[in-house]
Amino acid sequence: MKIVVCVKQVPDTKGGVKFNPDGTLDRGAMLTIMNPDDKAGLEAALRLKDQYGAEVTVVTMGLPKAEEVLREAMAMGADKGILVTDRVLGGADTWATSQTLAGAIRNLEYDLIITGRQAIDGDTAQVGPQISEHLGIPVISYAQKIEIEGDSVIVERQYDDRYHVLKAKMPCLITALAELNEPRYMTPGGIFDAYKADITVWGRADLKDVEDSNLGLKGSPTQIAKASDKVRKGAGEKVTLDAAESVDYIIDKLKVKHVI
Amino acid sequence: MNIQDYKGVFVFAQQVDNVISGIALELIGKGKDLAKDLGTEVTAVLVGSDVKGLADELAEYGADKVIVVDDPELKEYRTEPYAHALSSVINEFKPEIFLVGATAIGRDLGPRVSARIHTGLTADCTQLEIGDFPINPIPGKEQLHNQLLMTRPAFGGNTIATIACPDFRPQMATVRPGVMQKAPKEAGRKAEVIDYNPGFTPDNKYVEILKVVKAVSDVADIMDAKILVSGGRGVGSPENFKLLEDLAEVLGGTVSCSRAVVDAGWKPKDLQVGQTGKTVRPNVYFAIGISGAIQHVAGMEESDIIIAINKDETAPIFEVADYGIVGDLNKILPALTEKLKAEIAAK
Repeated sequence: MKIVVCVKQVPDTKGGVKFNPDGTLDRGAMLTIMNPDDKAGLEAALRLKDQYGAEVTVVTMGLPKAEEVLREAMAMGADKGILVTDRVLGGADTWATSQTLAGAIRNLEYDLIITGRQAIDGDTAQVGPQISEHLGIPVISYAQKIEIEGDSVIVERQYDDRYHVLKAKMPCLITALAELNEPRYMTPGGIFDAYKADITVWGRADLKDVEDSNLGLKGSPTQIAKASDKVRKGAGEKVTLDAAESVDYIIDKLKVKHVI
Repeated sequence: MNIQDYKGVFVFAQQVDNVISGIALELIGKGKDLAKDLGTEVTAVLVGSDVKGLADELAEYGADKVIVVDDPELKEYRTEPYAHALSSVINEFKPEIFLVGATAIGRDLGPRVSARIHTGLTADCTQLEIGDFPINPIPGKEQLHNQLLMTRPAFGGNTIATIACPDFRPQMATVRPGVMQKAPKEAGRKAEVIDYNPGFTPDNKYVEILKVVKAVSDVADIMDAKILVSGGRGVGSPENFKLLEDLAEVLGGTVSCSRAVVDAGWKPKDLQVGQTGKTVRPNVYFAIGISGAIQHVAGMEESDIIIAINKDETAPIFEVADYGIVGDLNKILPALTEKLKAEIAAK
């Protein structure tokens, strides 16, 4: 079985957010991590590899620095890493991003593609389903459990008040929830090997069956009109009291606000 | 694509088990505002099996037209037949705006549809308005009017971005549930109902539903609660949520929780507040043992009054709380519940 996992290097949003003058994110200026949902997707792929035997290829699109998440993925147990990076691909919205990744994946053999449900920077949850559409394969989003049965995949698909157990013929794309699993740690040997491993680097010319008009900032149907830091209401009061005083404090506030 | 051919505001009228979802009515409500600014109508697109009877409800909440796509293949939500239904409707009726709820269904359906018809999709919007793009004139660039300006939080709620889709139609957005207001119900109001069936032929993209497992939940929807008593990992154990339930009961409120609690398996997903859970805006939100990660705050910061109890005085929840108490929830909650009981009984 061949599994392709899409991962994204994302800014650690705890560290604050920085912008370019055109309103797009200045990714170079922020600390980064492997996106948590993607890491769960990678872990799911590695578990399928452990259970059924599989070759796991990790693909990322980003700045040259995004090679770091590929090495992290390989240190966890992925077999190959592909970095898709090119200036002309920058500033992409989800349409152009999914076109880029689909163009990369068309060069690969795959039974299963796993992406995270959403990235913590954009929070769109769009790229996975959009890749599946471009490739003409089924998508199962919000996977909370994944099993293989012959040439099909059986997935628990989460909704707000229920889940569906779905069966899809492979090839199929699955988007993973972080609660799917607890990702493994990198092993010391894995880290050592990963930092010696070759990373495949692809540019625009390596993408298959994608038109220029669908790539990068120019190929993005959505455009940023305005971006700004969120203005939050300031902190209110903060008190340190013993339990009895705390109770009186809360009840007083509830009365003042006519809650009781 | 001739953009001038695209007219009207369309909304996806999500239904589950043949019950209209709240988000459908919220989208009609917002759609009416946008349609008014554009001088056009709101059309609800109702997709399912045996759903035609729901059209009147959509009309009573403001839909001018209802397009019904009714087919046995559409009984339960599945990505492919629903995506086929919506993209066919879009190709046939050519709306200029198409809104979908940012639900577990809409966040799967929206991207698939937008990719099929090649247009932009803005995720999880919290504000929609008609305006100019660019917002301020830029020399050498034509300023377009009557554009849908879609505003959404991004980067974990740290920033707000306003997005336009000037060159493609429809302008598509998924909209966060609980943010837009539904219009008042007008009993007996009717809409023009249009049946449309593009034909459904299963192919490799149709998945098979082996089982539907509904969460057994007798609790009220946390999005409707006026008072929420919300617990985080700091509550310590699933058993300890009893303290929160007791307090909620006295106040006529509902218990909710943070993502950490759902991840730990203490509470079901439908009680989760936050970016990957539900957006709530109760009159009072008690944040008990919740550290206040930005993703959680994004789902509750619009609450009227936020009261936080946490033993860690550096917890970020105190930055959004109106009233923050640094203390031990195990001591404060039981005493608070008892005293409130007495206060309320004395009234």
